[in-house]
Amino acid sequence: MSMLSTGRPTRPEQVITRPATLTGAEGLLQHEPLIFELGGWDKTGVDLPPVPADFAEDDLGDLLRVEPIGLPGLSEPETVRHYVRLSQQNHAIDLALYPLGSCTMKHNPRLNEKMARLPGFADIHPLQPVSTVQGALQLIDELAHWLKTLTGLPAVAMTPKAGAHGELCGILAITAAHRAKGDTARDTVLVPTSAHGTNPATAAFVGYKVQEIAQTADGRVDLADLEAKLGPHVAAIMVTNPNTCGLFEREVREIARLTHAAGAFFYCDGANFNAIVGRVRPGDLGVDAMHINLHKTFSTPHGGGGPGAGPVVLSAALAPFAPVPYVTHGPDGFDLCEADAQAFGRMCAFNGQMGMFVRAYAYMLSHGADGLRQAAEDAVLNANYIKARLSKVMSPAFPDGPCMHEALFDDHWLEDTGVTTLDFAKAMIDEGFHPMTMYFPLVVHGAMLIEPTETESKAELDRFCDMVEALAGAVRAGDVDRFKGAPFHAPRRRLDETQAARKPRLKWTEPAPQAIAAE
Amino acid sequence: MRYLPLTPDDRAQMLATIGASNIDELFCDVPQAARLSGPVDLPYVQGELEVERKLAGLARRNRTAGEGPFFCGAGAYRHQVPASVDHLIQRSEFLTSYTPYQPEIAQGTLQVLFEFQTQVARLTGMDVANASLYDGSTAAAEGVMMASRVTRRTRAVLSPGLHPHYADTIRTMAEAAGLTVEALPLAIDAEAQVLDAIDADTACVVVQTPNLFGTATDVTRIGEAARAAGALMIVVTTEAVSFGLLKSPGAMGADIVAAEGQSIGNGLNYGGPYVGLFAVREKHLRQAPGRLCGETVDADGRRGFVLTLSTREQHIRRDKATSNICTNSGLCALAFSIHMSLLGETGLRQLAALNHAKARALKAALSQVKGVEVLTPRFFNEIAVRLPVAAAPVVETLAANGVLAGVPVSRLAPNAGLDDVLLLAATETTPDSDIAFLSRALSKVLA
Repeated sequence: MSMLSTGRPTRPEQVITRPATLTGAEGLLQHEPLIFELGGWDKTGVDLPPVPADFAEDDLGDLLRVEPIGLPGLSEPETVRHYVRLSQQNHAIDLALYPLGSCTMKHNPRLNEKMARLPGFADIHPLQPVSTVQGALQLIDELAHWLKTLTGLPAVAMTPKAGAHGELCGILAITAAHRAKGDTARDTVLVPTSAHGTNPATAAFVGYKVQEIAQTADGRVDLADLEAKLGPHVAAIMVTNPNTCGLFEREVREIARLTHAAGAFFYCDGANFNAIVGRVRPGDLGVDAMHINLHKTFSTPHGGGGPGAGPVVLSAALAPFAPVPYVTHGPDGFDLCEADAQAFGRMCAFNGQMGMFVRAYAYMLSHGADGLRQAAEDAVLNANYIKARLSKVMSPAFPDGPCMHEALFDDHWLEDTGVTTLDFAKAMIDEGFHPMTMYFPLVVHGAMLIEPTETESKAELDRFCDMVEALAGAVRAGDVDRFKGAPFHAPRRRLDETQAARKPRLKWTEPAPQAIAAE
Repeated sequence: MRYLPLTPDDRAQMLATIGASNIDELFCDVPQAARLSGPVDLPYVQGELEVERKLAGLARRNRTAGEGPFFCGAGAYRHQVPASVDHLIQRSEFLTSYTPYQPEIAQGTLQVLFEFQTQVARLTGMDVANASLYDGSTAAAEGVMMASRVTRRTRAVLSPGLHPHYADTIRTMAEAAGLTVEALPLAIDAEAQVLDAIDADTACVVVQTPNLFGTATDVTRIGEAARAAGALMIVVTTEAVSFGLLKSPGAMGADIVAAEGQSIGNGLNYGGPYVGLFAVREKHLRQAPGRLCGETVDADGRRGFVLTLSTREQHIRRDKATSNICTNSGLCALAFSIHMSLLGETGLRQLAALNHAKARALKAALSQVKGVEVLTPRFFNEIAVRLPVAAAPVVETLAANGVLAGVPVSRLAPNAGLDDVLLLAATETTPDSDIAFLSRALSKVLA
């Protein structure tokens, strides 16, 4: 045995199998109760000045809230621990590759966080006189200039708060443009079968009928089907490009031509703009409107599910109908237009996601025109590298030709192995990676959509591919339990989603008295 | 480029593995005519120093709320956010994770959402709350759409105290969907006017308390009357701290609550990102928009949380979904929840009382200014005053003198005939000396 001269062992004496811990904790990973179970009913973690002695709430009479609200409080140290412990149960891009296809999980530069927290951006009110926020308006204006230049379109609506909100903005602009021409007969929006769910949901939300366009065997829009379905009843098509199969729509200019010939508009879902930013301008492809997910292409943090930001670039035909408010150049500097008779309306209170604008602009300035182009190239290179390596062990959905920023596989290679896409994904968790997007797009059976982004090193890509190859080897070796039971090493095993949906428990409630007695 | 890890050698090796001779081959599907031969006409890569200089320069051209006396409200409020809130939301595992699609490795986010939903349900006095929407205004619009689905009716009535931006947001979305929206003319204390506008087609009435003018209203009777007519009552609140002092919307019979949560945990940020609070009665749950987090167990029987009831949502139901919303406002909801956990009921009640006391002090001070008439009868932390002249130029003059004196109604509703009305809010961040300073400055401008 190795030991120091003081007799302290420096190596484990023997290998002992792992017993379960007595508390349920797993080393650094603590199991954390809900704040409602921590018992801080009379506690607070803030020190506020006393309420003035002469304060009486009698002026509010019946309006006063007298019943207990039922909100626990925690001291600051308890609060910090609670949330740090919870945070450790999350995967994150800062920890490892996070290859969710269609989500563009790239590195979030911390400079952007620092900039967004400058009081000059974070501590200004949306309704201050415009004379006191000239820097904020200038930032929005400059960011708009970058977005217009990168997309080759003449206008941009900045206020939409996320991608789906941007889709709504684009479709409302399209509706307004048709109406302005007196064309009110268009009640249909065409959407490819491979589209994000938000596309048909958006169109239906504002009353359009949704009709699906078929897909060709090579994963693109079927032009013949599109042409057959276009007509005077079609208001717009919504096409994602690069599409959700990770492929560039080769015939995109023909799609635009046919659409325009039918009097309809071409809405492009810009979720995958990261693949082409700086190399291709959607305006050159015939696009009339496209939202840009600042939280994807321009790296504002995903934050566990928002906030996002979804500015929408618009063609000259749609620009007059952009929603208020928008920044203008007035005689005394920048101004805000809050009322415009041609505008289709307003997407939200105030001026959009300013905090996200600052981050996205810092990201753009950091990269520059050359860096953004390089980012798109590296994103596409990384995806093709994964596709090349993993095509040896998995079945690519579209083997011929390159992909763009994401590589799509189907579950053909898992047939008769007893392992499903879901099982395979859960086993990836045990190996330390977040799984790729599963079962989307719907046009591919058992889809696995892998988007590495440009901020992954070759070493991390190799680590990921080595892991997938090893798991694929385990599939071939018939090691099915490894997959069926996975994950074994995550903060939780597989969760029962059926039970969650059957009897929804959507908030904490006090345990019944007998339950307490039984403990 | 500091964010791009690939070296030229890496790129060459990877192209070789792929079997491509250069990067252009990977873009071969792009039509030749649409391929840019070089970078677009924008500046090139810059270091941290240059970017920081540039943005700090822009930031300096804005007057911050903390620089001097500040009384702006009207839907966005300045409160003290504890330092630990901003520190915790920048934990990598919260900041750089995404929607919890793989619940086994997203329990941190999911448990936070479950706690958030519980806090919001309790604050609003409702049965259930969702995992947040974009902001208060879009939450209100989603509320109207939901009421239409529940009642299968197509008309919405908006109260005279509803924030004009909220009314416009609702109108934009609802009218596009084929609903009729009747927005009653702005008035300071007349929420109950919605009652006269209810008819057999009315899906909902939207009332706001405290309203645009700060007026707090007991809307119990409005809710009763609405339901008697087969309509729902949607209660809007733009100042979430008011839940600590005023009767909850749930206690007053709200069917849907759409509120702005920015006041708790989140800064002003020039209007966004904020966090929409959305709470409903359990019986209408399946028509609710947005993400819902629910409790369940894992394969070992341990408690865990998942996104649930997703058959309402766009990624499953596509054109039959209750809403097109996908992303919500996760990190802002986290900030809200952390701040709420720090406050607890004790802290929230004290914070709310302090806010009300400050607004009373503001009212008392402004009542002494010659020519100023306080209009708001009952309020939380915000009041409306009538000036003897148009409010907007007065605000401009005061801004030039270092005071951000509030929001002229004309800024929000230029044609409402309320050009002489000014909205002012006071919070725990408002020193008494600033209230005195404002009174003196206002007296001088009006003299």
